[in-house]
Amino acid sequence: MSDETQEIIGDYRYGFHDPENSTIRFDKGLSEQVVRDISELKDEPQWMTDLRVKAFRHFAERVMPEWGNCDMLNTIDFENITYFLRSSNQTEKSWDEVPDDIKNTFDRLGIPEAEQKWLGGVTAQYESEAVYHSIREDLEEQGVIFLDMDSGLKQYPELVKKYFGTVIPHSDNKFSALNTAVWSGGSFLYIPKGVSVEMPVQAYFRINAKNMGQFERTLIIADEGSTVHYVEGCTAPSYSTDSLHSAVVELIAMEGAKIRYSTVQNWSSNVYNLVTKRAVAHKNATVEWVDGNIGSKLTMKYPSVLLKGEGAHAEVISVAYAGKGQHQDTGAKVHHLASNTTSNILSKSISKDGGRSSYRGLLQVTPKSTGCRSKVVCDALILDGDSRSDTYPTMEIGNSSSDLEHEASVSKVSSGQLFYLMSRGFTEDEAMGLIVNGFFEPFTRELPMEYAVELNKLLELEMEGSIG
Amino acid sequence: MGERMVDEILRVENLHVSVEGTPILNGVNLIINRGEIHAVMGRNGAGKSTLANVVMGHPAYEITEGSIFYKGQPLEDLEVFERARAGMFLSFQYPASIPGVQVGSFLKKSVASVRDEPPKGRAFRKELTAAMEQLSMDKSFLSRYVNDGFSGGEKKRLEILQMLLLQPHLALLDETDSGLDIDALRIVAQGINEVAVNSGCLIITHYQRLLDLVKPDFVHAMIDGVIIKTGGPELALRLEDKGYDWLDVAA
Repeated sequence: MSDETQEIIGDYRYGFHDPENSTIRFDKGLSEQVVRDISELKDEPQWMTDLRVKAFRHFAERVMPEWGNCDMLNTIDFENITYFLRSSNQTEKSWDEVPDDIKNTFDRLGIPEAEQKWLGGVTAQYESEAVYHSIREDLEEQGVIFLDMDSGLKQYPELVKKYFGTVIPHSDNKFSALNTAVWSGGSFLYIPKGVSVEMPVQAYFRINAKNMGQFERTLIIADEGSTVHYVEGCTAPSYSTDSLHSAVVELIAMEGAKIRYSTVQNWSSNVYNLVTKRAVAHKNATVEWVDGNIGSKLTMKYPSVLLKGEGAHAEVISVAYAGKGQHQDTGAKVHHLASNTTSNILSKSISKDGGRSSYRGLLQVTPKSTGCRSKVVCDALILDGDSRSDTYPTMEIGNSSSDLEHEASVSKVSSGQLFYLMSRGFTEDEAMGLIVNGFFEPFTRELPMEYAVELNKLLELEMEGSIG
Repeated sequence: MGERMVDEILRVENLHVSVEGTPILNGVNLIINRGEIHAVMGRNGAGKSTLANVVMGHPAYEITEGSIFYKGQPLEDLEVFERARAGMFLSFQYPASIPGVQVGSFLKKSVASVRDEPPKGRAFRKELTAAMEQLSMDKSFLSRYVNDGFSGGEKKRLEILQMLLLQPHLALLDETDSGLDIDALRIVAQGINEVAVNSGCLIITHYQRLLDLVKPDFVHAMIDGVIIKTGGPELALRLEDKGYDWLDVAA
């Protein structure tokens, strides 16, 4: 197995894995019983068990999406996936209490170090559940609730019940149904009125086992006038068999609140990443999705914002890198459901070595939502003749008082740029790395510096040996 | 003999060059020694830029005959970045823009890859600040993207800034004077004169005005890919005055 693993790790730095120690591991495969067992194991309230079962039945009946990369989607074998794996009996508040193997993994990923330096709170999920969780005392004192989702349901059942599934109902799509049926872990974050969380809080998701399914569920509620920046990262070992990551993330920004949600998705190239992310922005609220997709085999993810209150604003900045064997099917959806709402969408993608990137966007302005403004910019960079980029923009504009702009470009690296940089002492790979980092710069400058540096390094690594 | 090898920076021998099968240079001969400033003048399309680009190693140009030697070594096997690291520098007529890459980090990385002992941290910043002051460049340049949205004059200043920092042994300046007003031209000329003391310098230009400020040791007139006449500074004045037709007739 180690040979096989070694073979496909390649340049992917996070492809290592630990022994698969587990305290509870369900047999592979999915049934209503598996769903009930998960709920029972977690000792959940009846309403959650019922919701899970309802969602499972919907999942079982619902056909696979008939758009996107159907060939890839249809190779997912739902019966060859482990739906629940507990690797540590409790969520620890100190890294010292976390089992050694797992702690070492997070050390290698730099999480404890980042926590000390610049984070307000951290939750670290390993397989199905959080193994570590902490939040700075000062945030706790201000009433900020930051828990893994399982603990959130236990400690704040009413708050969870009020909002869970209100932004993304289980029946939204096949994978939101799957997540609702078997969800485990994820974050629950509540920011009280007027509280501004200055340091980002971070969640890190790690899959370790083969054929693992990870189904975290995140719910963020920013009460009136509050602000928060939530950052998520993820990696997995490289295996020759597939794993599935299917998350549901719901954000609720109350009047005047601001949520920024930043992601650097760097799954290994054997992970299907099928995620539903959606936010509701009430009056004068702002929601920003900063979404980077570098890894995975197939990603389908279109962060969305429902602009429900007048004056609300949505910002979606996303980048996708599709290398060999990868398809990044990403984009953004913004629904202008109230007047004088505004949105900006910037999407950048790079395709290389036969990789494929697709931008799928939806911009909707309802007839009654007057005076809306929106700007959509999609730029694709294709690095060789084997690679591919497609754009599928949809616009539904219901009135004439709204102002919309859409720009799209597809470009190649020019020989003039390469020659210029090489004449300044850069090798061809280094020159490509610079150009590519520059192309993604409007995204990376939005990230916390540590993430930006890491992302630039990753891209430079991807450019090494790229030119024959 | 040994001394002569050290002094010789560039030797171009019977150089024939084609682009996509079309001959551009048809047997150019040129020797540039350390401390010498050479100017190449000619009409548009005469092959001046091709000469500079082919010396730097542009992949679009094919050498069909002849050779180029840098400090006595044949250049043919050296890649573009290796030429840069060996001390060759080309100031581009149309420098490419690199969106998203800030001038400051670009300069730092470039200097680090080219110079044997690149200055670090504070020493680099000090050197950079001094060079920018010399060229009357504002600090805000450093956070702009390389050549992105730059005016013609700004681009040329950035080229000269790079030349000052990279300290080349061979400086190829391709129409560095175009697009500069007289004040900018004076500043740029000062930069060139500074580098020229210790290197070989090839200036490609249409106009006399740069040569008033940077005194060439040799002036070459190029027509149809051949250096048809070589002289001193007085040749440049004559070309400016009379154009190139009299040379055609003479040829």
